[in-house]
Amino acid sequence: MKSLEKTRRTRTIGTYAFFIIGSIIMIFPFVWMFLTSFKTVAESMQIPPDILPHQWNLNNFKEAMASLPFGALYKNTILLIFWRVVCAVGFSSMAGYAFAKLNFKGKNILFSIVLIQMMLPSQIFITPQYQMLAKLGLTNTVFALVFPGLVSAFGTFFLRQAYLGIPDEISEAAHLDGCNQWQTFTKVMVPLTTSSMAALAIFTAVFAYGDLMWPLIVNTDLKMMTLSSGLATLRGQFSTNFPVMMAGSLMAMIPMVVLYMIFQRQFIEGVATTGGK
Amino acid sequence: MANTKTSMASKHAREESMWGYIMVAPTIIGLIVLNLYPFLNTLVLSFSKTKPFGLYELRGIQNYVKMFQSPEFWRANWNTIYFCILTVPIGIFLALAVAVMLNAKIKGRTAFRAIFFLPMVVAPAAVAMVWKWMFNTEYGIINTLLAHKVNWVTDPNVIMITCAIIAIWSAIGYDAVLLLAGLQNISKSYYEAASLDGATKWQQFRMITLPMVSPTLFVVLIMRLMSSIKVYDLIYMMVEESNPALTSAQSLMYLFYRESFVTGNRGFGSAVVIWTVALIGLVTVVQFWGQKKWVNYEV
Repeated sequence: MKSLEKTRRTRTIGTYAFFIIGSIIMIFPFVWMFLTSFKTVAESMQIPPDILPHQWNLNNFKEAMASLPFGALYKNTILLIFWRVVCAVGFSSMAGYAFAKLNFKGKNILFSIVLIQMMLPSQIFITPQYQMLAKLGLTNTVFALVFPGLVSAFGTFFLRQAYLGIPDEISEAAHLDGCNQWQTFTKVMVPLTTSSMAALAIFTAVFAYGDLMWPLIVNTDLKMMTLSSGLATLRGQFSTNFPVMMAGSLMAMIPMVVLYMIFQRQFIEGVATTGGK
Repeated sequence: MANTKTSMASKHAREESMWGYIMVAPTIIGLIVLNLYPFLNTLVLSFSKTKPFGLYELRGIQNYVKMFQSPEFWRANWNTIYFCILTVPIGIFLALAVAVMLNAKIKGRTAFRAIFFLPMVVAPAAVAMVWKWMFNTEYGIINTLLAHKVNWVTDPNVIMITCAIIAIWSAIGYDAVLLLAGLQNISKSYYEAASLDGATKWQQFRMITLPMVSPTLFVVLIMRLMSSIKVYDLIYMMVEESNPALTSAQSLMYLFYRESFVTGNRGFGSAVVIWTVALIGLVTVVQFWGQKKWVNYEV
């Protein structure tokens, strides 16, 4: 019995060791980013490096802000996320509900369009999507950023699953109480899928925020870029000035990381339930 | 009486189908304009030659012939496959290890889970920046710790390993969270019965955990493979046009981006995407065929 207790203790210690080493590997890059962003270029190139900056000065942040219009980048990114989330959740709720609960002719054929889109990688649509916007003269706008995400096949599929899980009796009861189809949907069914909608919203937001190829292609004007694509141009400007790049990266990542710290559980559970894509 | 009832029912059915069409309309119209039409358009483009002012001319299989003759294209294929080989097995193995550990009853597991998941909420552009700095040959912290000057970013033989390390680091928490959800579905009674029968932890892992989590493992594997074949942003951020290691790191999607939007050769670029989609389809089919051998759906 004593030896059993002992192996259990060694196992717990082993697990903790694994997690502590793992956590250091996961967090260190961000710590290093933070520390470097306060160093001067000369300090950052010092060998062997000092861990802490000699002086906590904000020059790198000033320089990053001077070469990138951070205000505009934040604004564009927030608008991009906002519209993508609103469109994905709104339209997908409607379509998901209809596909799950309503009967109409051609339903299966229409749903197969959703499935086909889900199976194809987004890059296959990019060139024609860009050409459409270019023809309409709509490049370098917020609309262009949102454009490929106006509707969401994945969202439709995901919310359809959520609605399939709700028993039919509930909508029948709403109907007997005199609700019409639209009222049944908005007043009774939508509130029942809040957690799924939240998961989809978080998933859509994280994806829109990290997306790089589309914003790079469609908005080439610095003032219309997102944080991600703006950061990519900073890379070209300061190829050897790492402290400025770290300051820029830090500013780009902070808002999402703060949100993540507050809504950590919802973020992770959102991903676990959407199953990713 | 019976008559009014049927007419009520048919009115109800008509109303229901009307609402059905109204509610799917935005999504379906959107998908047709944003996806179905562009998909067919890309297919046409891949058989066309790009001309000035956004015009095209059908040219048959010329783009594909040119593509199959291009060493750069074959190199991109190899780079992509090499990236998958480097990232997928090790990444999934580590993610499974993290998930198993997170499934143990220890204090602070939510905190550890949150830490491993952190890279998911940081834009890949920012992630690439800090790793590029740490992997810097002269002043990077990694070479300082190794006391050795490895050209992590500019050596054609090393660059893919560098990218693979970053990719694994970025995805591990995400995959672990998905696998953890699978692990938590396994009933405790299996383990209790097994330990009463005197099975060791390792035997329990092999005989219970692995078969029971295999459907989730399969989903994660498919997802990871698909996204690794489509790898773009990480490599784009790590390797700029002037990097001597560019041809050794250029993935298929990077080649597509450069051909379509830097060189302006959209026909060729479209052929590359069509090829990549076919490759993803092939890999997926092989996976679904292969799963019969190792995925266990009987519970």
